[in-house]
Amino acid sequence: MCAQSDCCSGGPTLIFACSGAADVGEISDRAARKLTKDGIGKMFCLAGIGGRISGIMKTTEFAEKILAIDGCPLNCVKNCLEQAGFNKFVHLQLADIGLEKGNSPPNERNIAKVAQKAIEKSN
Amino acid sequence: MKKIQILGTGCPKCKKLAENAQVAARELGIEYSLEKVTKIDEIMKFGVMMTPALAIDGQVKSVGKVVSADEIKKMLT
Repeated sequence: MCAQSDCCSGGPTLIFACSGAADVGEISDRAARKLTKDGIGKMFCLAGIGGRISGIMKTTEFAEKILAIDGCPLNCVKNCLEQAGFNKFVHLQLADIGLEKGNSPPNERNIAKVAQKAIEKSN
Repeated sequence: MKKIQILGTGCPKCKKLAENAQVAARELGIEYSLEKVTKIDEIMKFGVMMTPALAIDGQVKSVGKVVSADEIKKMLT
């Protein structure tokens, strides 16, 4: 939320994670939360895009940058964003960086790896 | 009656958006209510992260900018 001093400045980087049920879903979720905590962007609700919630849709339209983190090759975040009309975003898929569904424990090392890769791809 | 809500903490741009909304509603001659939502917790409930924002009948129509009275007229009709 912008304060009065920077009201109407450019929108933030929004981060959408699949937050899916599998291990890689948990990693995507926790990496997005880490990126938010570290000030890289703000995690935002993918379900709000799926549900076409007006405030979330309009905020996403205004985003400076969108980062999509998919846990597995089903690419639910990518598809969800595209079906909602958002085509310009940075996409990170965990299988592409060696994190295979079912064989990737959601530990600090893997979460940090995803967060680091997300930062690299965003820049 | 149209329910117009201005979402913002009260900066000059928020006030300008409220003025524009009033001008738009008056020029259309419609019945309306105008509410300023200034508490961040309440603003966040709309899923809005940037202010000022404008909601009409509970639906967010614009975020992060001051839309003109003419643009608001289109949103109201």
